[in-house]
Formats: sequence, structure tokens, C-alpha cells
Amino acid sequence: MDIAAQSIEGGFADPVFNAQTVFRAIMDAMARPGSVQPLPALARPPSPLSGTAGAVALALCDNDTPLWLDPALHASAAIVSWLGFHTGAPLANTAADAHFAFVAAPAEMMALDGFSQGTQDYPDRSTTLILQVGDLTSGAPLLLEGPGIETSAKIAPAQMPRHFIEQWKQNMKRFPRGVDIILATADGIACLPRTTRIKTMEA
Amino acid sequence: MRGQEARDQAERKAAMATLAQSSGDDIVRLWNEAGLPSQAELLRGPETGLVTLRGRIGGGGAPFNVGEATVTRATVRLPSGQVGHCYALGRDKQKAKLAAIADALWQDPARRAEVEIRLIAPLRSALATAHEKRRAETAATKVDFFTMVRGED
Amino acid sequence: MYVAVKGGEAAIANAHGLLADRRRGDRSVPALRLDQIVEQLALGVDRVMSEGSLYDRELAALAIVQARGDMIEAIFLVRAYRTTLPRFGYSEPIDTGTMLVERRVSATYKDLPGGQLLGPTFDYTHRLLDPELAAGADVAEPLQRETEAQAMPRVSAILAREGLIEPDGEMPGDHVPGDITREPLEFPMARDIRLQALSRGDEGFLLALGYSTQRGYARNHPFVGEIRIGEVELELDVPELPFAAPLGTVRVTECQMVNQFKGSAKAPPQFTRGYGLVFGQSERKAMAMALCDRALRASELGEDIVAAAQDEEFVISHSDNVQATGFVEHLKLPHYVDFQAELDLVRRMRAEYEARENPAKAEEKREAAE
Repeated sequence: MDIAAQSIEGGFADPVFNAQTVFRAIMDAMARPGSVQPLPALARPPSPLSGTAGAVALALCDNDTPLWLDPALHASAAIVSWLGFHTGAPLANTAADAHFAFVAAPAEMMALDGFSQGTQDYPDRSTTLILQVGDLTSGAPLLLEGPGIETSAKIAPAQMPRHFIEQWKQNMKRFPRGVDIILATADGIACLPRTTRIKTMEA
Repeated sequence: MRGQEARDQAERKAAMATLAQSSGDDIVRLWNEAGLPSQAELLRGPETGLVTLRGRIGGGGAPFNVGEATVTRATVRLPSGQVGHCYALGRDKQKAKLAAIADALWQDPARRAEVEIRLIAPLRSALATAHEKRRAETAATKVDFFTMVRGED
Repeated sequence: MYVAVKGGEAAIANAHGLLADRRRGDRSVPALRLDQIVEQLALGVDRVMSEGSLYDRELAALAIVQARGDMIEAIFLVRAYRTTLPRFGYSEPIDTGTMLVERRVSATYKDLPGGQLLGPTFDYTHRLLDPELAAGADVAEPLQRETEAQAMPRVSAILAREGLIEPDGEMPGDHVPGDITREPLEFPMARDIRLQALSRGDEGFLLALGYSTQRGYARNHPFVGEIRIGEVELELDVPELPFAAPLGTVRVTECQMVNQFKGSAKAPPQFTRGYGLVFGQSERKAMAMALCDRALRASELGEDIVAAAQDEEFVISHSDNVQATGFVEHLKLPHYVDFQAELDLVRRMRAEYEARENPAKAEEKREAAE
């Protein structure tokens, strides 16, 4: 299939209700950090953008939200035009200009502080990162605490960025500035908003 | 080849412009008269949104945002595979869908002439007539100055 | 003490029912159709489109009916509606030089190329009420005159040939046009953002300010270089097409105001310009916008800021009638608790005042109270 055909296929079959379903899952996942919200395969973007990450893009991105793609995604002309056709979102010039960043290979990604952190007056202007991870159980366990978590929650996302726990500590220090993270697996999402603390798990 | 491609694009754009400027009623009427096929898979829309209209400072300077306009768009695919698009001012969803199908049919070499002759040409001619009428009505309000008295020098 | 109360639900529902009834009025009078409003109250529709900042005739007509002809309420309705729609993008800048002109006049050049075209104007009418219109008399078809289509360059191009007029307003090369629908207002602002605010600003407010500049408050000696009204084509760049998608045509009014300028430390003597560009046929608004645009360029041109029309924060902060009506009209909503607090404060201040002014009487009062 040529790029032109790939770029127009695989959008939401039912734009209003599909977008609402995805938005609800993201909202619940953000409100209860560490909880896993299942998400059916609503979008079929060109590989290696995953169906879940693609659905998040269709629900959240539009003409007003510049996107940043990691090298694995950016290399695919089909992905760039798929996102362009279905969301209308422009590509950001730099990571620091991006409202949303999509990362297919989190283990190789640039540092979190390279993205927009928002400002003291407008902390909402920071980048929201969508990281594609294999699963939420096979990686290094993260013990989570903070708003939206009654006592503690635990997830173990695979293939997380290098020195993630240290980077996340730095992210917390920038509060109210700082990035938020959506972790997307093949069949669901979990979130790490900037308010969530990661307790180091001593071996 | 490159020249041919550029000419094709200019013609396709001109056809899309004619469709965008024509009323939905006119398109439906000519569509039915011509018996053009209207089955197509909707890939996106028809959906209504906004386009922010830009002007230029002083008429020719830097761009600025003036305000928004409603625009309806649609993207369709024919059973034969051609993908057509439409963007048009207003909120007429049926018009957007038919115009997108027309754009797809136009890209089918076997159909292009039919679309041009049965649909685009009559629409274009109606627009030109209306355009010419408006221009002639405006021309009738043109001021012709007469010199009453000429000064010493 | 603070007592939270609620109520009025039935009253509100009944009030809205009554509103619907009064809006419809006498049922023996035929209900208005939207196409009647679009066709016959076209300039009212244009005003709602311009200040509602949404180009859609039918929606503007609906808003006018729904608002019972209250234009600011109609503008409010349109503004609210536009927030419900996604945005597809920013159009290519329109080219008013290629306009299908329906009216074009210049007060500075009698014989400009393309000529003076009066179009459907109120100018030179006697402003006498027309009883025939009340009787619904037939209207004759307008005359037509066959002529060759003539190019109509903008008047600024003519003055530019003499080198006596400043160029069209430019911005630094990498400047992205600001958008007040996306970013909060910040002062001072660039001219492009100011023009966006003025284009959706209240016609009455801008008219009054423009008038004030003519009466000597920030005098800048204006001439109408050109007003043109007509349709321009609109295009949108989209990723799925190899060319800009043609969207159709929109009617706009453009005003080039030309102002004498004696020069300053920043610029030589020349003609400067104010610019107006407004949706629909809205000549008065475009002129007022151009006068305000010029007045607001005071600091750019090195002029002293001495009048309201030159005060950017004052003009732009108060030009939006939806904001203005929201803040003024909220005063009629319940302020029972605020007022109780004020009442308490004024009573105490009054008691203190009386104690100061008339100690004997205050003492008497106090004793009587005891």
C-alpha cells in the first residue's frame, strides 16, 4: 500500500464516541496514577506507531497542538502523514515546542528536561509524553504515591527511559512545571502525572 | 511529464474551486441529471469545523488573523480505489460528500471527461454568469466625471 | 453569617418559556425565515459575523432571531457556538487586490485605475423614510453596464510609486501571526494581534474612538485612501492535497486610511496608514478600525500618547463587546452575600462617623440602646 493510502486509513470508525472512549480512559488513568485502563484497538496507524498511541493522538491532538516524534516514528513518512491527515496537528520544530511527544523507543529517548516544562504562570503548557511500552508488568517495579492514589500503586513498565527514577525526581522538583506521561501498551494505558512520586524500591 | 502533472493539478484544483463555490442544491440537481454514481466509502467526515481566515496588514504586508469561518470537509474512497477530498465554506454536509466523490471520480481517467462536462462545466458557467452580472451591475454605479470649468492653468 | 440558598429553578424555566413566547410574538404574524434575514437584513447579519468572528450567514441570522434582534446577544451566541467546533487550520492570507469588487471608492484620487464604483451604498440617499418600502412595493432589477473587466490595484500601490507612503505593515521574517483566540492578551502587543482584536471589536466603541481622533484627541489627519467591498477567494493548505484547497469565497470590507505624518525622530515626513479589514459589508466598522489602528501605532511612530484612542491597553481591553457585556451584565445576578458584607461595613463606618461628628448624640444613642 502506498503512503497516500496508508495515511488516510485507520482513523476512528466513529469519531465522536471513539474519541470520548479514549478521552475517558486517559482521564481515569491520569486521575488514578498507576491504574491500568484497558483500551480497545480503535485506531490502526502505520507501524511502528502503536494502535493505542495512535488512538491517544486522535483523541487529544489537533491543529493547535504541535507534535514531536522520536526518531523511530519520525523516520516513517506514512506516520507523519497519517497524523497530519487525521489530527491536523503540525510537527513541532523542537521537542521544547511540542504539546505532545510520541515515543516508540523510550529506552533510547532524550532526557525529560528536553521537552517543554511549561512556565510558572502556565504550567499546563508543558509537553505530554506518550511512551509506547511493551507491557506494564515485566520492567523494573515502580511504587507510586501521591494525589489520586489511596496508599500506593505499583506498575512495572518495560523498556523505560534510562535513569528514569532519577529523571522523574528532577521532574518533581520543577513542580508546578514538568511533563506528564502516558504509558501505552498494546491494550491499555497507565499514566504518570507530574504529581506522582516514585518511591525507590530497595532490592 | 512534469508539465502534464502541473496542468492536471491546476485542473483538479479548478474543479474543486468550482464545487466549493457552487450551492449544494445545484450540485445535487446536476448530479442526478448526469446520473453520476454516489456510492463511496467515507474515510473522514463529512464534518464541520473552523478555518481561521487570514488577511495582510495594509493589504499586502504581514499576515494577521481576521476571524473564523465554518468549513465542512469530507474524504471518500470509490470502489475503484480513487480517494477524493472536499473542503468547502459553510455547513452543507451533503455537498461536501458529493464534492469529494466528484474529486475522486475526476481522478479516474475513465470518468474525468464525464465529470468535467456534465458537472463542472455547467456549474462553472452558472458561476461565471452570476459573476458577470454582479460585475455589470457594479459597473453601472461607476462615476463618470465631467469637467465643468477648467482653471487658468 | 453566611447562608447558602438555592432556588428559582421553576422561575427560570418559566421565564425562558415566556421568552420563547414573546420572541415569537403575535402568532397571526408569519414567523421569520432565516433566508429572509440573510437576504433582507444583510448588514445586520454581517455585523454579527464580524463581531461574532464567525463567517456563516445562516448561523448569524439564526442568532439574530434567537436574540430577538439584540445584536450583542446574537454576537454572544455566535461566539459561544464557534467554541464547539474543531479548527482545521489557518487560511492562506486573502488577496484583496484580486477581489470581485462590489463597491470601491477613494477620497484621495478621483481617477484611480478601475474607477470609483459606488455599489449598493447609503451615501447620497436623502435619509427620508420610504413608505413604499413599508407597503412592500416591487423593486426594479438594477441596471447593468457592459465593460471590460479592469484590474483594480489597491490605492496604496499608487501612492507607493511616489515614495511618499510607508509600505504595507511588515513583521520580522520569522514572525508567526498571533492569535487572541489561543493566547491571552499581553501588552504591549504586535500590530497583527491588535488588528485581530479590532476586527472583532464593537462597532460602536471603535466608531466613537475613531470620531474622537477626528475631534482632536490624537489628531492624525485621515483621508480614505480606499474602501473596497467584495468577494475574495479563500484557500487552506492541507497535508492531503498537493495544492491549497479552495474553500469558496467570502465577502469582506477593506479600508485603507491614509494619514498625514509630519515625521518624528523615528520616521521621515510621509503618509502613514491605518488598516481595516472586516467580514461582510461593514464600511463604518472598517473605517473606524483603520482610524483606531493608526492611532494605536503612536509609539511605533514616535508620537506622544495623549488620548484614549492611542492607549492600546485601554482600547483593546474594552473593544470586545462580549467581554464587556458579560462583566456589566453580571452585576444583575444575585450579589446578596457581597451586599450584606458591604451593608455591615457601611453601618459601622456610619456609626464611627456619627461618633466623631456628634459625640453627645452618639452617647445618648448608646445609652438609649442600653
